[in-house]
Amino acid sequence: MIKSKAAAAPFTAWMLLFTIIPLGIVLWFAFTNADGQFTLGNLPHIWAQAATFGISIFYGAIATVICLLLAFPLAYNISRATERVQQTMVMIIMLPMWMNFLLRTYAWMSILENNGFVNQLLRLIGLVGENDYLPLINTGGAVVLGMVYNFLPFMVLPLYTVMSKIDNSVIEAAQDLGSNVFQVFGKVVIPLSIPGMLSGITMVFVPAVSTFVITKLLGGSKTLMIGDAIEQMFIGQGADYHVGATLSLVLMILILVCMAVTGMADKGEEADV
Amino acid sequence: MQTKEIIKLKDITVSFDGEPVLSGLDLNISDGEFVTLLGPSGCGKTTTLRIIGGFVTPDSGSVFFDGQDIADLPPYKRQVNTIFQRYALFPHLNVEDNVAFGMRVQKKKPAEIKETVDRMLKLVNLAGFNKRKVETLSGGQQQRVAIARALANNPRVLLLDEPLAALDLKLRKDMQVELKNIQKSLGITFIYVTHDQEEALSMSDTVVVMDAGRIQQIGTPQDIYNEPENAFVADFIGESNILDGIMHEDYLVEFFGRKFKCLDAGFGPKEPVDVVIRPEDIDIVPADKGHLTGKVTAVTFKGVHFETIVDFKGFKWMIQTTDYYPVDSVIGIVLNPEDIHIMKKSEYSGMFGDYSSYSEEFDEMANPEIDLTEEAEVQE
Ligand SMILES: Nc1ncnc2c1ncn2[C@@H]1O[C@H](COP(=O)(O)OP(=O)(O)O)[C@@H](O)[C@H]1O
Ligand SMILES: [Mg+2]
Repeated sequence: MIKSKAAAAPFTAWMLLFTIIPLGIVLWFAFTNADGQFTLGNLPHIWAQAATFGISIFYGAIATVICLLLAFPLAYNISRATERVQQTMVMIIMLPMWMNFLLRTYAWMSILENNGFVNQLLRLIGLVGENDYLPLINTGGAVVLGMVYNFLPFMVLPLYTVMSKIDNSVIEAAQDLGSNVFQVFGKVVIPLSIPGMLSGITMVFVPAVSTFVITKLLGGSKTLMIGDAIEQMFIGQGADYHVGATLSLVLMILILVCMAVTGMADKGEEADV
Repeated sequence: MQTKEIIKLKDITVSFDGEPVLSGLDLNISDGEFVTLLGPSGCGKTTTLRIIGGFVTPDSGSVFFDGQDIADLPPYKRQVNTIFQRYALFPHLNVEDNVAFGMRVQKKKPAEIKETVDRMLKLVNLAGFNKRKVETLSGGQQQRVAIARALANNPRVLLLDEPLAALDLKLRKDMQVELKNIQKSLGITFIYVTHDQEEALSMSDTVVVMDAGRIQQIGTPQDIYNEPENAFVADFIGESNILDGIMHEDYLVEFFGRKFKCLDAGFGPKEPVDVVIRPEDIDIVPADKGHLTGKVTAVTFKGVHFETIVDFKGFKWMIQTTDYYPVDSVIGIVLNPEDIHIMKKSEYSGMFGDYSSYSEEFDEMANPEIDLTEEAEVQE
């Protein structure tokens, strides 16, 4: 623990410069108009974007659930493997994260395009006609896919971290006391993995709900999420910093609520132990 | 007493990563017995236990429970419960929920569960600890919870893997007595793993001595101590002086160029044998009255006795005596027939039972080269 005030100074300065001041600026924009006067006039724009918020939460939630369903068995199996396999698997899961996020998403774009890899393959094996294609790109499905692909490691890693601390003998004890596979999971593995699940949910849902790159590249113009709506308020023709700041503020509150809920669940879990 | 066989291991072979861990293991265990698997670390005790529990599938051989082959039965269907080496309590459950775990899985009635939990906690002296978190308990208390949790399942056989290894000496002694009492009062079979020979001797009906994946001897604690089958067993159980000897005829053995009467028979004429003499069986007499004379080279006070190392023609013996003989004094010893135990030669001959390289700390580090030269000198 660093107690000295002098040692904490750089941290304080950093916080001030890059967290507190920007937050203040967002707040200032949200509650002023173009003339710099205080106003609540930006708030009605929130209702105009209610549907966008709804869609964002919907896609974010679906992506989070899919990530959880995929990551849980994956993380469990890794945590039960030998040390070497564990290290290799964690490496493989982290590997895509070393590549640029945009690049990865562009790659999916070319895979899902109407003349992309998947459709060419489908034509080759005759599942779709020669001049036909399966609509993949610019769909909600493509957006969710992009989210799952990009954010899956954020679910796997916290789950793996928690699960690797579950002693094998605890699982064997459950079997020894008469539990079949399902009971072992329901009564031991899942309850012991809850802290990892909660941080995984936060770490996937937060970036998923606020993304605009994935929607833009894979969702086309039809699928608009709150991230895109905010982006539009800062760039190009219809830019309005004041409305943009208001929407950002709402998104921030949304995320804070989400984190508070998972945080509370985590506390409750600890209290039970 | 009519004893029924409850567990039978037949010709079990296991290897991990090509390394043989158990080779041709045969073991029969009677219902209601307290059986201890005793052997040095890495000899395959835990593996044997895990085979019975269903956590390790042997490469070959069969496992019978109550006469039924249970090779394909998963752990959760076996009528055995395990006390794991490191307790393995469920960290997310309190004491009561840990103990109730097995019964909840079996969907027993809440009233019955409550009654059993209280009865089990009382049995292990933890009455009233129901709502305590397991991590607030001491090691000894956690171990008791593990015992209560296993017994609450009403097993026919309880497997215990070094359950007391992590406890301090005083607590370990108390728990030994307690476990033995629990086993007697419930009348179920205990299969107990330990590397502590004293623990094995004091608790068991039957001791199974293992080394290098093989059973070296099976017998009552007295048998194992008094009639060790080979040099390994003699050395592992208590202290032993082990000498090369030649059996001249029944009840007559020669070592150190002198013939001694003994109580063993059934060896071939002139058969080379290992002779075991326990340090506490040796009587010290004035040098001129002894069968053999030697010179004291080291003395350690042990409380009950002095551990005296005596050099006989270059071969050092350990003698436990209540009288103090200073270093360099010359003494004589008398060996009565009942003090001498004869064993057949084995792969372990010459590896143990010489205190020439003996020192407190390096008890385990027998130096084979020194052993060989000593042997050569003895034969001169
Ligand atoms: N799962 C395993 N994988 C590889 N080797 C193992 C495994 N379990 C045990 N062994 C090896 O088998 C040998 C016997 O182990 P064990 O039965 O645990 O011995 P003990 O309980 O008598 O100390 C040891 O050499 C150990 O390293
Ligand atoms: Mg062991």
